[in-house]
Amino acid sequence: MSIILDKVNYIYSPNTAYEIKALNDISLKIEDGQFIGIIGHTGSGKSTLIQHLNGLMKATSGAIYFNGRDIYENDYDMKELRTKVGLVFQYPEHQLFETTIFDDVCFGPMNQGLDKNKAGLRAFEALRSVGMPEDLYYQSPFDLSGGQKRRVAIAGVLAMKPEVLILDEPTAGLDPKGRDEILDLIAKMHKERKITVILVSHSMEDVAKYVERIIVMNDGSVMFDGTPGEVFLHYKELEQVGLAAPQVTYLMHGLSEKGIPVDLNATTVEEAKNSILKAFK
Amino acid sequence: MGIIKACKLVHEYIRRDEEGNVESIQTALNAVDLDIKAGDFVAVLGHNGSGKSTLAKHINALLEPSEGTLFVDGKDTKDLKYLYDIRRAAGMVFQNPDNQIIASVVEEDVGFGPENMGVPTKEIWQRVEESLKSVGMLKYRNHSPNKLSGGQKQRVAIAGVMAMEPKCIILDEPTAMLDPVGRKEVLQAVHTLNKKKGVTIVLITHYMEEVVDADYVYVMDKGSVVMQGTPREIFSQVDTLKEHRLDVPQITLLADELRKAGLPLPKGILTREELDAELVELYRRKACQSF
Amino acid sequence: MLRDITLGQYYPADSVIHKLDPRVKLMATLVYIMSLFTFRGAAGFMLATVFMIVVIRLSKVPFSYMVKGLKTVIILMAITAVFNLFLTPGEEVLVHFWKLTITMEGLKNAVFMLVRLIYLIVGTSVMTLTTTPNQLTDGLEKALMPLSKLKVPVHAIAMMMSIALRFIPILIEETDIIMKAQMARGADFENGNIIKRAKNMVPLLVPLFVSAFRRADDLAMAMEARCYIGGEGRTKMKPLHYQSRDYLAYLFLIVYFAGIILLRIFLA
Repeated sequence: MSIILDKVNYIYSPNTAYEIKALNDISLKIEDGQFIGIIGHTGSGKSTLIQHLNGLMKATSGAIYFNGRDIYENDYDMKELRTKVGLVFQYPEHQLFETTIFDDVCFGPMNQGLDKNKAGLRAFEALRSVGMPEDLYYQSPFDLSGGQKRRVAIAGVLAMKPEVLILDEPTAGLDPKGRDEILDLIAKMHKERKITVILVSHSMEDVAKYVERIIVMNDGSVMFDGTPGEVFLHYKELEQVGLAAPQVTYLMHGLSEKGIPVDLNATTVEEAKNSILKAFK
Repeated sequence: MGIIKACKLVHEYIRRDEEGNVESIQTALNAVDLDIKAGDFVAVLGHNGSGKSTLAKHINALLEPSEGTLFVDGKDTKDLKYLYDIRRAAGMVFQNPDNQIIASVVEEDVGFGPENMGVPTKEIWQRVEESLKSVGMLKYRNHSPNKLSGGQKQRVAIAGVMAMEPKCIILDEPTAMLDPVGRKEVLQAVHTLNKKKGVTIVLITHYMEEVVDADYVYVMDKGSVVMQGTPREIFSQVDTLKEHRLDVPQITLLADELRKAGLPLPKGILTREELDAELVELYRRKACQSF
Repeated sequence: MLRDITLGQYYPADSVIHKLDPRVKLMATLVYIMSLFTFRGAAGFMLATVFMIVVIRLSKVPFSYMVKGLKTVIILMAITAVFNLFLTPGEEVLVHFWKLTITMEGLKNAVFMLVRLIYLIVGTSVMTLTTTPNQLTDGLEKALMPLSKLKVPVHAIAMMMSIALRFIPILIEETDIIMKAQMARGADFENGNIIKRAKNMVPLLVPLFVSAFRRADDLAMAMEARCYIGGEGRTKMKPLHYQSRDYLAYLFLIVYFAGIILLRIFLA
């Protein structure tokens, strides 16, 4: 049970003057149940990559295997793949369309061929797990706040019961509290549902706090792949490609250079605090 | 009196039903007092829905006060005869870079404001060139905005305001839709304008890191100003900020946690360098004592 | 998917035609279209052809770009030709089977109609290939300005056109994203009969309209913040002024059109 990418390439407008290599020989294995962060600046290929995982974009060359099956086989059911690998796009405004929140969340399960009752049950369950208050279920999704719209959008994908949940910058435009709430919610879902979660972000601080594995994309290639501690050790290289490690990483490196024995692998405030306190004991 | 001065400014969004009866009243601004000095870099912090965007629209006279008064460049925003003087004096940059660029060529967009103001053609060209230069976008003057990155588009929008030669620029969450690179570009451009051209900046944001270098900070919640002071004064109150749905920069948070755990650090540490220096100093003293 | 659609097919080059005032090009296109329906006989046809070739040559735009525009209207051209071919009554019957007859006149009409259509499309594409959409809007605004005395909102129309030009690519991109977001929830935009397909468009159209209205709202506020109050009292960054080459072009145009009319009168 995993997603395997084997030498995947994607080229926009091939054989023309506008040819752009958006993905360059990507080979990855995404294990079941992992919580992964994909980081990269705009244009690094991270959005293109995730759209390959659920078959919305087709690789120019290379192969993708989902649960051991090649998704580019002729009789492969792409529609089913899309329900198994749920993708929540960046702005909920791009998907909310129904007159009520409840109906909107039913859209996915209904497309899966479920009848109204079953789809309703799924919607109910999904809305509850994203923490939407019940008295809002029959209100218009357009009147909600940014954070709540995002919850509804996530519920809309969750209701299809995906095995893998991909979220494209789910915190863009949210205020600090809203951001923490959404990230906590995603972490909770990962824990409770035991599904694979892939979080696309350009905020190092967010990702470091939650994920167990970071994939750094740059120029269509995988630049680093490892635990947050491992990846942020390369903070100088990250900076060169317009990404930055969390502030804490810089501090720890600075302290270490001045002879204070702190843990360079610390990437969150909590880890840094513990490491510094230890050094000062 | 500063360039922007609000006295008990109130704004109510009134929702009416079909017959015109008042259905609900939502108070977006509740007796706000502000006094912003010319030439300052002022930040307004607040979570989404705290009333900070409503405040921004008032400064540009896009909204009219329900109660209280607001003076921009000495002119009352309620007085319609000053409407265009106020908009000229206090330019505005919005959140979504796409929805404020009007023309399909960068330089033509920057020229839009001066055209509206009736500036003679020759002078428009000078202003366009100068404003594009001031935000570092001159070499993109003939590009289509669609081909630019978010940070570049936002800088074009700032140039568009600069070409109107304002005394003050209000930026309403200009970086909310940008990636870290774009965010940095925009902030740098704004700081440069503030320092080199002396333009007063009112930056409305919920990113704490953007506030660190401001001269003065207002924190808003539920339509009221709930905190104000220098960044150091504001960020030394970590718990109060959290009550208002806000954060502090990661370094400030770490310093605060360390202090709570017993390390004798001062309040309100803002930057990595400060914390680094404090910790090194502490470590040195601790090493001396143990000998 | 939708990324391939490009709007406004401007071909940048440094040519006399590119430099002409857009009003001249608008006028010339209009006159050329009129001439296509005025000319008679081989001599008139020759004159129209020569005129077009000279202009294309001057424009420095590769001929293949001109022909590109033809592909999209090939069906329309075929239908016009077929109608003319079969439905023109005449003396000299060439082919006759079942209820259909093809006459000599029909054949002539079909050929001329086809030529006219091809020339019309190539002729207008010379204009669109050598004029940026902005210049075109400016040209239209200035050319139609006299109408504003009759209370026609010329400035508003031109402003709307230029805003549309700016936002159409953005909305096309947005359509692409919305389609993908809904496909990720199992939406199907490709299969089913017409009614089902139309119904399937709802999840695409609702977010698109909501977004378009939001953008319109934002933009209106941004324009207001930059002191926009309509055309009154506005100056122009790039005002249109006729140069000597523009007058020359008008002269050239008059001579051409006079030639077409004279040929029609004397040779018919």
